[in-house]
Amino acid sequence: MEDILFYIFAAASVAGALLVVTHNNPVVSVLSLVLTLFSTAVLFVFLLADFIAAIQILVYAGAIMVLFIFTVMYLNLRKEALAFDSKSVPIKFGILFVILIVVAYLSSLGFKRGLQITGEGTSTSTNFGTVEGVGEVLFTKYILPFELTSVLIVVAIIGVVAIAKRRFN
Amino acid sequence: MVVGVEHYLVLSAILFIIGVFGVITRKNLIIVLMSLELMLNAANLAFVAFSRALGDMTGQVFMIMAITVAAAEVAVGLAFVVSIYTHRETLDIDVLKMLKG
Repeated sequence: MEDILFYIFAAASVAGALLVVTHNNPVVSVLSLVLTLFSTAVLFVFLLADFIAAIQILVYAGAIMVLFIFTVMYLNLRKEALAFDSKSVPIKFGILFVILIVVAYLSSLGFKRGLQITGEGTSTSTNFGTVEGVGEVLFTKYILPFELTSVLIVVAIIGVVAIAKRRFN
Repeated sequence: MVVGVEHYLVLSAILFIIGVFGVITRKNLIIVLMSLELMLNAANLAFVAFSRALGDMTGQVFMIMAITVAAAEVAVGLAFVVSIYTHRETLDIDVLKMLKG
């Protein structure tokens, strides 16, 4: 059951990703990206990351995508800005694709061999992936990176206000 | 874990490559930013897959960090997009050469 659902949502995420990069209408691109992020959130549930799945839907598919769609609607883009680029791109794309598939396969093989992970995965505690579990790790072991993200957010807020206010020429 | 970790890794690689494809082929700045989001999302999927396979929640913590960085990046990027569009009336990345890149 779970493997069928995995393949369904994996196919949905890949289809959404392909629509993002190929469709000419940017609104369709944004909505396809929402589809991809939503399917990935479902895959996170399969990976026992419930809290992460909720964050993915709330922050990524919610807030960030609303920002994107607001910008797309606000700018009212013309057709000629949406075209594709040069001709040699498919060759580069093919080479990149082959390299990355091979790397992913080899890394997973090495990962399995080095750490002796069976198909079952390692045994997990009862609060794996819940708010309690993630919060415990986040606020004890990784408290410094967590605090530093607040600095990042402040810098981003100030930067956005400074960029949006300025009229440069 | 019914589906092995390598399935998630291959899916992550496919999504990442589609994102790279969008970045190198599209001319519109907003679509390029969206392809960047796609690549970040693929990296997050790999993080969470390894987190599950190892039984260690560090991957999930760093996925939260990645989401924070993505949100900041999108905010700044879209502020640039609006600013550039009001100034130059275009978002074609072949036309935008203010930085002589």
